[in-house]
Amino acid sequence: MAPHDLRRPFKRAAISDQQRRRELTLQRQSQHRRDAQHQARCLANSILSLQNDAVADIEPEFEIEPQPEEEHARDFDVRQAARLRGPEARLWFAKQLMLPEWMIDVPDRLSVDWYVCARPAGKRCFVVSSNGTTVSRLRNGSQLHRFPSALPNGAKTNNSSRSGQSYCILDCIFHEPDQTYYVIDMVCWAGMSLYECTAEFRFFWLNSKLAETGACNDPSPYHRYSFKTVVVYNCDQEGLRAAYTGPVPYLKDGLLFSNKHAHYQSGNTPLVLVWKDENCSQYVLDTDSKGQVPDQQQVVLELLDDGRLATSDDPTVIFGCLDRDFIQKTGLVGSNLLRFAINEGGLCFADGKLERADLHYLGKTNRARTFADSYSKIMFQYTARYSPLRIEHLFASINSTNVQENSTDADMAG
Amino acid sequence: MAMEVTQVLLSAQSVDSTVRKHAEETLKQFQEQNLPVFLLSLSAELASEEKPVDSRRLAGLILKNALDAKEQHRKYELVQRWLSLDVAVKSQIRAYLLQTLSSTVSDARSTASQVIAKVAGIELPQKQWPELIGSLLSNVHQVPPHVKQATLETLGYICEEVSPDVIEQDQVNKILTLVVQGMNANEANIDVRLAATRALYNALGFAQANFSNDMERDYIMRVVCEATLSPEVKIRQASYECLVSIGSTYYEKLAPYIQDIFNITSKAVREDEEQVALQAIEFWSSICDEEIDILEEYGGDFTADSDVPCYYFIKQALPALVPLLLETLLKQEEDQDQDEGAWNLAMAGGTCLGLVVRTVGDDIVPLVMPFIEENLSKEDWRRREAATYAFGSILEGPSPDKLTPIVNVALNFMLTALTKDPSSHVKDTTAWTLGRIFEFLHGSAVENPIITPSNCQQIVTVLLESMKDAPNVAEKACGALYFLTQGYEDLGSTSPLTPYFQDIVQCLLNVTHREDAAESRLRSSAYETLNEVVRCSTEETARLVLELVQVIMQELHKTLEAQKLSSDEREKQNELQGLLCGCLQVIIQKLGVSEATKFAFMQYADQIMSLLLGVFACRSATVHEEAMLSIGALAYATGPNFAKYMPDFYKYLEMGLQNFEEYQVCSVTVGIVGDICRALEDKILPYCDGIMTQLLKDLSSNQLHRSVKPPIFSCFGDIALAIGENFEKYLMYAMPMLQSAAELSAHTSGADDEMIEYTNLLRNGILEAYSGIFQGFKNSPKTQLLIPYAPHALQFLDSIYMEKDMDDIVMKTAIEVLGDLADTLGSNAGSLIQQSMSCKDFLNECLSSEDHLIKESAEWARLAISRAISV
Repeated sequence: MAPHDLRRPFKRAAISDQQRRRELTLQRQSQHRRDAQHQARCLANSILSLQNDAVADIEPEFEIEPQPEEEHARDFDVRQAARLRGPEARLWFAKQLMLPEWMIDVPDRLSVDWYVCARPAGKRCFVVSSNGTTVSRLRNGSQLHRFPSALPNGAKTNNSSRSGQSYCILDCIFHEPDQTYYVIDMVCWAGMSLYECTAEFRFFWLNSKLAETGACNDPSPYHRYSFKTVVVYNCDQEGLRAAYTGPVPYLKDGLLFSNKHAHYQSGNTPLVLVWKDENCSQYVLDTDSKGQVPDQQQVVLELLDDGRLATSDDPTVIFGCLDRDFIQKTGLVGSNLLRFAINEGGLCFADGKLERADLHYLGKTNRARTFADSYSKIMFQYTARYSPLRIEHLFASINSTNVQENSTDADMAG
Repeated sequence: MAMEVTQVLLSAQSVDSTVRKHAEETLKQFQEQNLPVFLLSLSAELASEEKPVDSRRLAGLILKNALDAKEQHRKYELVQRWLSLDVAVKSQIRAYLLQTLSSTVSDARSTASQVIAKVAGIELPQKQWPELIGSLLSNVHQVPPHVKQATLETLGYICEEVSPDVIEQDQVNKILTLVVQGMNANEANIDVRLAATRALYNALGFAQANFSNDMERDYIMRVVCEATLSPEVKIRQASYECLVSIGSTYYEKLAPYIQDIFNITSKAVREDEEQVALQAIEFWSSICDEEIDILEEYGGDFTADSDVPCYYFIKQALPALVPLLLETLLKQEEDQDQDEGAWNLAMAGGTCLGLVVRTVGDDIVPLVMPFIEENLSKEDWRRREAATYAFGSILEGPSPDKLTPIVNVALNFMLTALTKDPSSHVKDTTAWTLGRIFEFLHGSAVENPIITPSNCQQIVTVLLESMKDAPNVAEKACGALYFLTQGYEDLGSTSPLTPYFQDIVQCLLNVTHREDAAESRLRSSAYETLNEVVRCSTEETARLVLELVQVIMQELHKTLEAQKLSSDEREKQNELQGLLCGCLQVIIQKLGVSEATKFAFMQYADQIMSLLLGVFACRSATVHEEAMLSIGALAYATGPNFAKYMPDFYKYLEMGLQNFEEYQVCSVTVGIVGDICRALEDKILPYCDGIMTQLLKDLSSNQLHRSVKPPIFSCFGDIALAIGENFEKYLMYAMPMLQSAAELSAHTSGADDEMIEYTNLLRNGILEAYSGIFQGFKNSPKTQLLIPYAPHALQFLDSIYMEKDMDDIVMKTAIEVLGDLADTLGSNAGSLIQQSMSCKDFLNECLSSEDHLIKESAEWARLAISRAISV
């Protein structure tokens, strides 16, 4: 057994440059691996497919021939959407907002399964932050603002630690008087899609994440508009009362009801409902272009190729049919949006279904319009004029739910 | 077999190479034809007193080599081969070996000792040869001294060979009793006492119980300390080795003895022969190691659950220890700076002083300063050098508050000494000291900078000037410039070194061309400094870095032109190519970071690639590790365009993956596969069959170093992420590998720290593979192929969660896998996750983690799971 060597490094740096280079390489590789995996995780799992009728629905100025690429359009994911620019973006976003139906009767279990909030008056829009800028787009897809914001990757700031993959999409109402975006839903956040999450989760995420970014702060050079959340209540007695009568920093435009279990889905949905009366909205009845409530209710319907007049619902509801001569005479073509007034004949129902509508043709809508009215909107406006669904009905419905539940208890005790 | 073994064994040592080769061949054939008889004849040869010592020694050596090998896989084969031998053969061989311990020929005894230990190393863990220790210990008091010596030596080798849990405590007690008795001053025979002392060194690891018993420990310590006073130098040296080992193994038991140890070690340092004095210094160095570890681990904050408290032995010994070590600094050897292998009292003492400073920090400064002040300007170069070295030593440990005023005063002196001192030795140490000043007191984190706009130019000028000095001095000057540069690392867009950038680069390139650049690692040091200069450069000098690309390419091109090289020249070519590729790698990474410089750099990509292919072509059996690293950087910079290089490069990639022997090369190549996956994405598909085959082979090989396995699993993930559902065809091979590795790494009970660390690396690799595969299949119609594997992945997560010993990195990757599984499999995973034993607890634990990376991953996982469950 020889003596043991006890030489130690002398006047030497602890780590050789080669070792350092190796370690830096390993660090770089694992960083890139993390980035690649992060990027994969951020690709939304559910692909938001453009509907098959996507092309048919578009106004003539954007008309595009159906192309073989349409299959690709299906594979379109949210992340790519966030990067879209120009007309493509407009087309895409025009399809993506979740549109509430109007409340024409009170859903069951309102107090258990639903949230309620006071809806801010203003322009409904998608706000997309990506690539160092933020863009808001109206319901028809057109751009409202382009601005820097504190949202993830919403401004080109030096201290931004967000990766290029990061982006977010918010469902907002832009409230003119205080120049504020009121966020009513969160669709994507920091690169993660929330489409397949329940409203319960989305609202939780919205409330816990938005403020963290500084997006709720007052405007500053890198943050032109302030974002605010809207207080959402459980739709029980107190919640409904608070939403209906409670003070809010914005102009109210009705109440918005959201089903807690609903995922975010583009287009019309009966799982989000809007309701209003004169107490909580200045705009209960639709106004015309001059801001006046017309004597007769006006509706916008889409002309189908066979001359039928349809709502924007899926499946559509047919309100009537134009005859061929009239179409030829006026030069109308399929997919035109047409404005009608409802005549004295009104709407006739049989077994809860629309049987006949007495419509009077007024003309084509202006170009900015991309949607026909939904059935529920027409019905809400119609009943609002004759026998509105009142707040008392809503409270009564909540009470009856409670009574039902109580009575179940009583049965069991008996 | 009627073979004259003796003659063959002697011939195998013949000076005549023909005779020797023939004999070696005969032995090989003999072994292949009949292994049992071969081993028997060798052991008989070793045991036979009539045979010549040379044949006996070689017989023993061949026996030993038949039982053990350095390479793990070979060793495993030999162990299995021995275990499968006929019992009668083995017991005959053992008997011959034990018999040899009584031989009067010391070489034969010593060889037999080593062979016995090798057999014991195989058999004792298998509970075979249980009577070995007993038979060694019996009669040991009645035998002649030379047999006793051989017995002790054998026991020492056995302790070196087997792990402590293999030998029963009562046998350990008997061994220790015998060994310590043999070390005792009463033992008249020097050989016995030396053998006993050396045996104790190996047996210390077995003495855990005995060191916990006050009486036994006192006895052992007394005997060891007495042996340090033996008249025999070898015994003194061996007993100090024991003391060094006790210092680190039983640090917490040392308090009652430390005063005595200080007394004997300081006497040894001052008066004893160098090899003893060096061990005495080493004792204090190893105590420093222990206390530095303890203080680092607990940050001086001791609680009841600290494993080992710090006894502050160094702090207490400081007033006497520091003068002792300062004295040693004056015992320099003339040419120690030119001699790579030098190790002497001054070097050991200086190293120990540096460790003491790191252990105690501020307290040492007033104790060393008078020595520095007194000697720094003395006529005798030894005094100046010792003072400078002492100054260099105190720079790591004390607070900057304490050091900065002193350094501000000394800096100018040092710069002058580096240019003017007549002694090369002093200049060497001065340059080293400057390097340490820059390493520890210069950088963006330092509050009061010692380098200012007014002295920066002077410092650069002096360093560049001294790069023309003797190689050892120039090398230290390069090192100093390295740290000077590093201090300006994260300055952003502008650096104080920018005005000198061109001069610095030119000067370093000149150094690499010096005739004597091979001495004192000068060339390597110059390139390493050049690398750091590039790494820390700013946008202002991007153009100059781009020019440097052409210079380095030119240099690399020159190395490829050389033809018909001798093996020595080939070695040099290889080394130079390594340095140049390393430099290219750093440059590519630097220029690849910003789009503008990357664009300018890309014009050279084709040329660089062809040079790197040229470097690969210089070797036939293996690939150049540094060139491989450069490829990784290039792939990252070029992105999908790297596809055009793949047809030419692929064979080297495969060669790298096949290199079991140089596992570093294999490991680096595995990492490069990942880089290429990310660069090419699905364009790597045509090469995946070959790569996967190779990786699967690597994983199943027991030749490959285990450290390469975790990165291979991670690499599976990289490939799956790149090629998505095309990974389908590899699932049936890769998944079982993942599962069996997962089972192995799920539990760590009884493992030591090193094993736990490795297990966590392995877990991380497995988890990264799962992540890559799950994410790769996301949005594919083939996700259902993964469903059968999901329960196992969840089970793996359950088991590592239960085990409670994962580190933060594993925790993060593990929670991400949970999210990936939910993300890709959706509702299919939802019910599995709900059934899982611990997923919910695990998720909650991660959600409340203080590590924000873990928390962020957990939030993502929660999101993915909530989606999967709500669908």
